[in-house]
Amino acid sequence: MISLGQDEIAKYPFLAEAGQYLNDKGFTLEQFATDPDLKIIVDKAYERIESAAEGKIYNPKADNSSDKDIILPLNVFSFLIAIVLLKLSGHNTLINRFSLAEARRAEKFLERDLVSDSNKTSEEFAIKIFRDIFSITIKKAGGYFVIPISDYLQHAVNFHELEWKLVNRHVENGMVFLSTHESARLIRKELGGYISSRIRAANTPSMSKGFEDKVHKLSELAKKFVVKTIVSTEYPPCIKHAIEVLNNGENLPHFGRFMLATFLLGRGQTIDEIAPLFKNAPDWNEKVTRYQIKQISGETGSNTKYSCPSCDKIESHDMCFATPDCDNIINPMQFGKKRL
Amino acid sequence: MLENDLKFLEETFKQYYFDHFDFIHIPDRSLEREYGYKKFNSGMVRHISLKTDKDLRLMLMTNVPSDVFCSNAYYSFPNLPMAEKDWKEADLIFDIDAKDLNLSCRKDHTCVKCLSCGEVSLLHDTCPKCKSNKLDLLSLTCDNCISGVKKEVLNLVKILTADLRIDDKNIRISFSGNEGFHLYVTNSPYNQLGSKERGDLIDYIMFRRVMPERFGFKKENPSRHTFPELDEAGWRGRVAKELFGSKSKRSKAITKIISDGKLAYQQILEEIGKNSIGIKIDPNVTVDIHRIFRLEGSLNSKSGLAKLACDNIEKFNPYAEACLIGDEPVEISANSPIEFRLKNRRFGPYTNEKISVPKYAAAYMLCKGIANLV
Repeated sequence: MISLGQDEIAKYPFLAEAGQYLNDKGFTLEQFATDPDLKIIVDKAYERIESAAEGKIYNPKADNSSDKDIILPLNVFSFLIAIVLLKLSGHNTLINRFSLAEARRAEKFLERDLVSDSNKTSEEFAIKIFRDIFSITIKKAGGYFVIPISDYLQHAVNFHELEWKLVNRHVENGMVFLSTHESARLIRKELGGYISSRIRAANTPSMSKGFEDKVHKLSELAKKFVVKTIVSTEYPPCIKHAIEVLNNGENLPHFGRFMLATFLLGRGQTIDEIAPLFKNAPDWNEKVTRYQIKQISGETGSNTKYSCPSCDKIESHDMCFATPDCDNIINPMQFGKKRL
Repeated sequence: MLENDLKFLEETFKQYYFDHFDFIHIPDRSLEREYGYKKFNSGMVRHISLKTDKDLRLMLMTNVPSDVFCSNAYYSFPNLPMAEKDWKEADLIFDIDAKDLNLSCRKDHTCVKCLSCGEVSLLHDTCPKCKSNKLDLLSLTCDNCISGVKKEVLNLVKILTADLRIDDKNIRISFSGNEGFHLYVTNSPYNQLGSKERGDLIDYIMFRRVMPERFGFKKENPSRHTFPELDEAGWRGRVAKELFGSKSKRSKAITKIISDGKLAYQQILEEIGKNSIGIKIDPNVTVDIHRIFRLEGSLNSKSGLAKLACDNIEKFNPYAEACLIGDEPVEISANSPIEFRLKNRRFGPYTNEKISVPKYAAAYMLCKGIANLV
């Protein structure tokens, strides 16, 4: 674990050992549930979750007091109590939204710290976060940050926007050049993942009377985010194209066959329903086809059930024929899914 | 395949393995690799683990495989089913094949074999004998295709060493045994990459999914200064060389690009990616981190030629140097509408005729499916 100063712990509260921190400051969890003077922190914790759920970054209004020694711990406490409330409510949607919002909040600090020329410690600390938590060696080179291509790829594949593809990056001598903003943005998703994994790993405390009201309110809040969807029976254009190729008796490459089989299996079709689709293929062999679909379905072989490849991958194989109906989906399985 | 032909090829391959043990070695870290093989007229056997050259030779002599493969991946337990192997890392591998270059000479050295009636004929959409459209394309030797592939391999090596900073020493090139070349990159930081990450690397190497903004065309008020210069590193430099040719032509070319608009520029970039500067690797090979890849030194049953490492690819003549089967005469009935060259000797065309040819040429034609033993 990285050693933290007061400044750092307020910026990156998820790095702190929660129980240890409360102990060090001379508090117990019970006090927050009972002490009326500490109720303000519980309120702030709830606000922090609420604003995260709405997709905002928690940014408390500046208090009158400019005393750093008071404000900084308050920020940490509200984070820690927010986690307690989330654990007690047990709603995954809220944990995910909270983690993402906290990641975006930390990202802003990281970005600032990476270029804080006046404060070398902050800069070193930010670089340390990259290295210790995300195993990225990041170095400053002129106005840029450079990171090894192999490190870059492992994080950039989480993005679907073309600008993150390696081909659209400044690459030189095994390194990728990034701006400060891009460097911090690169790890947002993992930062969110890291925060949520720490929340999930934390123990759930027993319910205290003082938290009941807030936990109940969180359950109400979570209901807002239950999404009902309908799926149309229409096939996406890539799947239609693959079926058409087969119907014409032309050769559908291995990847196309894999895509078609995984898509139809994903839509709940059976091997008996899928196998005949391939009968016009130039190399049709019913036994082989059924064997392969069975393998893909996980019924035989390693029991791995393969899922339909992403639009990205399909495009790489020149088998994407996107139409406006695709509506920026990232996997054919999402085609025609509409929120009610 | 007919029984006699099969027996002949098995004996020929066995003889090759017996005579050329010195060419066939287990690669480094053999205990961590998965091996597999195919026999003539039968499916793939894989999940095999081999410890020493002796084990490999024993496998070759007892099973007489048509093709032998070895994983680019390293596992804790290579002989267990895929889900239990415990994948550690995988060498970066590339396959550049003449068919993907689609050179204009291709139609001159390709014939078709009908899957319904077996007739071999010049390039047609349907079988001239039975009109079936289920045809197999058969490509025979072509020096022009081989030099095309060699150029492509050298361009790939440039990108690997300059852009990806891979040490020359860690790149190994071998002739595939048919009409392409394979490249292995070992001991690099890229070994750890998963399939998805390799997918992004593939798009980089093939110059696909490019944004015009990265290559100078800003969204609003395009400026001349942001377009690439000829001496820049990486793809920007290569694009500048391809599109502008020389410094003196740059300015005029940019004026035209800006006036034609961003969409047209995007199309140009896609076009040069596909047809000129993008490296024509087979993406399915590079993306696969569980592949078993043809073993160096083994024979390729598509041709009877050997997959051989080549230290100097420019000088390497695959149709002579990788043609390692003996030359005693063999009687065959051949039907090859086009000619081909092996060991600097010309063969064909043959129209259903009985001929006597050296064993290597007989094996080549039997493997291609354009001849039978008499």
